[in-house]
Amino acid sequence: MTSPPDQPPSRTNWAGMALVSPALLVIAIFFVFPLLASVVSAFQAKTGEWTLANFDKSFELYSGDVGYTVVIVAISTAVVGLLSVAIGGYLTLGTNPRAQAVLRWLYRWPLFIPFIVAGQVMRTFLAKNGLLNQLLIGSGILEPLAAQSYLDWRGIVLAFVWKQTPFVALMVAGAMAAIDPAHIEAARNLGAGRLRILFGIIIPQIRRTLMVGLVLSYVTMLSVLSVPLMINPNSPTMMTVDVAYRINAHGDYGVANALCLISLVLASVGAWFYLRHGVARKGVQ
Amino acid sequence: MSAAAHGETRAVRIGKMLLRAALLGLFAFFIFGPLLNLLLWAFAERWYFPNKLPSQYGFTFWERVFNPRGNAMASLVTSVGIAVTTVIVCLAIAVPAGLALGRLQLRWRAAIMLVFLLPSAFPNLPVYVNIARVFYELKLAGTVPGVVLVHAAHGLVLAVWISAAAFASVDKALEEAARNLGAGAWRCFLTVTLPLAAPGIIAGGIFVFLESLDEFTGTFFVGVPDVQTLPLLMFNASMGGNYQIASITALLLLVPSVGFMLLVERFLKPNVMATLGR
Repeated sequence: MTSPPDQPPSRTNWAGMALVSPALLVIAIFFVFPLLASVVSAFQAKTGEWTLANFDKSFELYSGDVGYTVVIVAISTAVVGLLSVAIGGYLTLGTNPRAQAVLRWLYRWPLFIPFIVAGQVMRTFLAKNGLLNQLLIGSGILEPLAAQSYLDWRGIVLAFVWKQTPFVALMVAGAMAAIDPAHIEAARNLGAGRLRILFGIIIPQIRRTLMVGLVLSYVTMLSVLSVPLMINPNSPTMMTVDVAYRINAHGDYGVANALCLISLVLASVGAWFYLRHGVARKGVQ
Repeated sequence: MSAAAHGETRAVRIGKMLLRAALLGLFAFFIFGPLLNLLLWAFAERWYFPNKLPSQYGFTFWERVFNPRGNAMASLVTSVGIAVTTVIVCLAIAVPAGLALGRLQLRWRAAIMLVFLLPSAFPNLPVYVNIARVFYELKLAGTVPGVVLVHAAHGLVLAVWISAAAFASVDKALEEAARNLGAGAWRCFLTVTLPLAAPGIIAGGIFVFLESLDEFTGTFFVGVPDVQTLPLLMFNASMGGNYQIASITALLLLVPSVGFMLLVERFLKPNVMATLGR
């Protein structure tokens, strides 16, 4: 996409703005306004006066869940990143075309499967009599009597990794495929091993894509309600479940929005990176 | 590569092959194991804990789900109705915006594109919670139009990006040729630009349809208690311990998602996916 440096004629500009404005209006009404309302409501008591009580209550009741959320999302993001690099790396540097074809066919399946379905799928897979336990028992790793359900933080992490890896791996593999093969060939000729090429040549060139993918994934996981609600709804649980509980059981929008603001702060760390790199990129093109 | 291969003994080669096969097998189990487990539950009549596999298979629960007067069919009709309306609303807003962003010279183009990047960089839970609160005041909570509005706003971002990319890829020379042959601006748009951008716009429409069909959180807050879409039905069945109904409903939701994943490679190559979201 080219954006010429010269100013567009003002007639075209106004026509363009007229075409864009309905979409901008929708974003303003259904995204910007509710976000601002959330921030304002977090600092308001039920009677309407300004207060910090919602935050006191949030930390008193849910500080454990905030930590739990951060740990789960951090582990999931790290594992998604590792798996994506491994998949992309093998697709780029692997020496066995048949294994590469199988891997390429395999890894995308969960790509468009919705979180709610991923939740249900994992509820069956990780249950006491689920297939994961049967594999572990069948291969002799686990005693049948020691079988337990994995529907706790491990279940949430597994569901997130299962659902998010294809998305990030697809972006990473695409970026790796776009690298000039001459770079890799040159390193190979100089005697570099495959791991060395992956970490020394490939990852530095796709770092930005990997980061954008991971940030999008991190923000998404932070605000998914269905997976923790289905896999581990009891305390300790993720903040999204607490938000739903405050609203559905107590009609308590103050504390719910305070929790939302905390997760917004957590997300904005990622969003800051994302927008900074997104804009930097747009500036280059 | 081949230099290394020469030095390898046969045993090392076979060992490597086995390792590769084992790793791929493990990965395949990781991807398909959960789906296979879902499939087992969908056809299980009875399955209690110590049993490794269902003790009885059958279609009793399928009959219950596909009963024309049952809850599930009503939810399916609601879900598809909402998704189709969402696509129409969404494209009606996104196509003009995409045309302007992809084709016209806009003074604040970079800033506007940034606005359309924002929603995916923030958690959507606070958004849904507070829309639900406003909709409650406006008597839109628990109504189909309310749910459509939420889904359309959610799908809009992706629809704008994809249609902007679709319009940007139309060759300007073709438009100029049409104009030189005497076609007016409207005629040129309808007979040249729009048909050429159509595949991308259709892809965007399918995306929006699937997003709406699968959407849970927004419907959970805005739709209660009267709008019961398929994801909500699945959730309620699962939380109620009815794994069969939940698994069959999950399968119904899986089929379009996986079908689209297989189809999407035709028009969204990995290198295009890599540019999405930037």
